[in-house]
Amino acid sequence: MKKLNSIIAAFLVIVWMPTMGQTQKGSVLIKNATVLTVTQGTLEDTDILVENGIIKRIGKGLSANNVTTIDAKGKYVMPGIIDAHSHVALDAVNEATAPITSEVQMADVVDPYDIGLYRALAGGVTISHAMHGSANAIGGQNITLKHRYGTFDPEDLFMKEAPRTIKFALGENPTRVHGRGKNIQPRTRMGVEAVIRNGFNEALQYKKTWETYNSALKQKGATPIPPKYDERLQTLVDILDGKVIIHCHSYRADEIYALINTCRDFGITNIVFSHVNEGFKVAPELAEYTMGASVFADWWAYKFEVYYSTAYNAAILTENNVITSINSDSGELIRHLYHEAAKTQRYGQLSDDQALALITINPAKQLGISDKVGSIEEGKQADLVIFEGHPLSVYAIPQMTFVDGVKYFDINDDQDDMRLRVSANETVEPIFLKEHDHNCMHGVDFFFNNFGRSLFQHSH
Amino acid sequence: MKKFKSIIYLMALLLFPMIAQAQFDGEFIKPRNGKFLLQNATIVTVTKGTIQNGSVLIANGKIEAVGQNIPAGDAEVIDCTGQFIYPGMFDGGSRLGLVEVNSLPETQDFAEIGQVTPNMRALVAVNPNSVAIPVTRVSGVTTTLATPSGGLFPGTAALINLNGYTADQMAAGFEGVILNFPTSARRSTWDRRSEEDVKRDADRAQKNLNDIWERATKYHEMKTAKAELQFYPEMEQLAKVIAGELPLLVEVNAAGDIEVAIKWIKEKGVKAILTGVAEGWRVADKIAESGLPVITGPMLSIPTRQSDRFDAAYTNPGKMAKAGVKVVIRSNDAENTRNLPFNAGFAAAYGMGKEEALKAVTINAAEVFGVADRMGSIEAGKDATLFVSSGDPFETKTQIAHVFIDGYRVPMSNRHIKLYQEFLQRSPGLEK
Repeated sequence: MKKLNSIIAAFLVIVWMPTMGQTQKGSVLIKNATVLTVTQGTLEDTDILVENGIIKRIGKGLSANNVTTIDAKGKYVMPGIIDAHSHVALDAVNEATAPITSEVQMADVVDPYDIGLYRALAGGVTISHAMHGSANAIGGQNITLKHRYGTFDPEDLFMKEAPRTIKFALGENPTRVHGRGKNIQPRTRMGVEAVIRNGFNEALQYKKTWETYNSALKQKGATPIPPKYDERLQTLVDILDGKVIIHCHSYRADEIYALINTCRDFGITNIVFSHVNEGFKVAPELAEYTMGASVFADWWAYKFEVYYSTAYNAAILTENNVITSINSDSGELIRHLYHEAAKTQRYGQLSDDQALALITINPAKQLGISDKVGSIEEGKQADLVIFEGHPLSVYAIPQMTFVDGVKYFDINDDQDDMRLRVSANETVEPIFLKEHDHNCMHGVDFFFNNFGRSLFQHSH
Repeated sequence: MKKFKSIIYLMALLLFPMIAQAQFDGEFIKPRNGKFLLQNATIVTVTKGTIQNGSVLIANGKIEAVGQNIPAGDAEVIDCTGQFIYPGMFDGGSRLGLVEVNSLPETQDFAEIGQVTPNMRALVAVNPNSVAIPVTRVSGVTTTLATPSGGLFPGTAALINLNGYTADQMAAGFEGVILNFPTSARRSTWDRRSEEDVKRDADRAQKNLNDIWERATKYHEMKTAKAELQFYPEMEQLAKVIAGELPLLVEVNAAGDIEVAIKWIKEKGVKAILTGVAEGWRVADKIAESGLPVITGPMLSIPTRQSDRFDAAYTNPGKMAKAGVKVVIRSNDAENTRNLPFNAGFAAAYGMGKEEALKAVTINAAEVFGVADRMGSIEAGKDATLFVSSGDPFETKTQIAHVFIDGYRVPMSNRHIKLYQEFLQRSPGLEK
């Protein structure tokens, strides 16, 4: 009977949950806050008026009719945090079946029920870049998500204004999966470089084939046979045409430098290096030729290619004018990116604005959305977080998180169970004592049963 | 001729430093002991309040004096104006020194083969020259519990100080046998067993533990009766726990398991410390009632259940402390044991309070490990294991200025810092 009750309860929860047909936009007036704009300094005792999801005005003594007013006196407001490398809300991460799988779309596997979205909101994160894994030299296409938690429609999470991006991966992961796991290229960093370079060359040929066909079509009376459409190669052509931003999983300076050279040879400038633990060694090159680096604050030694790392990476990159962001790649870390950014003040003594830029405007630049989000400016989308305490303090506690002016997290209205869906046949809730984070090598374990699980405890 | 000789001699003299410099560029700074006076600091003693404009005199590895107006004598004076002195922080559980590169089996020395290996001693496998040790200690974390993991009785953990070149130089005076208490919970998201299987496995594991314990008890009884016994190193080690010579570190996390473990510990009459205790907040009163101390962490982890509040792990130590449990914090990390103070900071922010969180990484740890007569606070007569910082060591931007371990002033450098020095302004830069 008890079981039946819980089934009915679960059913009712599902049916009665307010469904959000289309993307919600909110209006709100936040009063008397210390506003950390990131791009235009810190404004004391300032109000922010949001109308229909957009920051309408920033100033003192603002008022508005019929708009919820929040008194944020003594509190800090910062732009919604942006995570440039995440696997949140994804049902699958790796299509580890070939060294190039550029036809794969993460948009196809977005799971709006993931409690990770809510936990990220509770840490002030409003946008995440949900990425393909790092099993392949050229992986799948990523999707930029806005954390509109509560919707049942995956598409409602998509940030539709964001440009296309794709995952690349260098080093140990692709060589382990393909070279060691399947005995095919790449098994070395030479192979990874060749796979990518060959891919681009093939894509150029493919592009030319279509160009020849299209110009032949224009000739009167011509009936040329169309070439076979290939989504994989077409995506690579789109990269060469500058329509897709590369986000490349990488660690060592040599492999980073090799891909910079490959990109330069093919005229590609839209590239961001991710993790990039040894980025500090090629900081001048990253500054000159790329859209920057998205790093961990202090992760190292979880595998050999990150043994020669430094927690000063983000500071060195920043001081060398590399566009730098700090990402999570983890369902745990995503909840305190504000603290990860603050670590650059322990390791490298960055200023408040430099540190905050690492999780706001800089990742926005790397995702091609910095004209819409990433700072508190009039006309930008109202993704905002209210903090008790300065967000770079270890004692800071996020109070409210807004996406498009809609409040999705409020610490004073935080229900015990924030799941959107409860399995009706789950009478005892599982307890996960060692939570396996979504990470770059998720979904490729079956290749390595003989190696043991320890390999995957830290497989970012 | 004499003149010629002296010219050659002079040339050689001039050349020598150049050659020497070509081979060895710069000076290597070693940890060094001696007599030091840390002057004009705010001293956070933890046990005896806070002293303004105070000094700490270090000699012979000990804190000789704490207070105001201590004469320097022949001590090397280190001016700490505007800075703070804290006792060295303890990490109540870490693999630091037992692993160098996580993914490389060649460097993993924390998990031996077998389910019952309590005689595997962490102390003998700690690598005093691990690159991660200097990376850790510049954060003010001076002392860690090196913890094996794996089977039911994976081994014996050892408290170590993060300075020294041999196990004995690092040993900080505590060892404890680890028991991974059988769990009725799912192990992780990898765990796809049915509920029935989870329960059956749990019952079986519990029975297995009781069988082994019964055997160890018999072994201990026979040993006490001076019977001739076959060499049995595993039982030898467990017998020490039964005799009360070594405490049992009982790793247990799910609420239901914690309750079972408390009953089991009482029933066996064993001296125990609960570790992990991720769901301690659910049964905090029962833990407090048991009087068992707790080593918990990391706080920076996600809730154990999907239905839990987002901050369940942040608030856990505070809730247990409020219920009256003696709480110690651990990172449960290896290379990033340096994040221990940040874990304590989150615990402080989410309900524990700064004072209690500071105790959880200093005096509470020293008490739980039975070394409070020597460590865990700034008091005259205790070991000179302490650090000087620009402020609150939990606060992220705080800079740590000096670290002393057992009276040794350790260099404020490590591989991370050296790479920063080399690469902040690379030479050559973009163009050669």
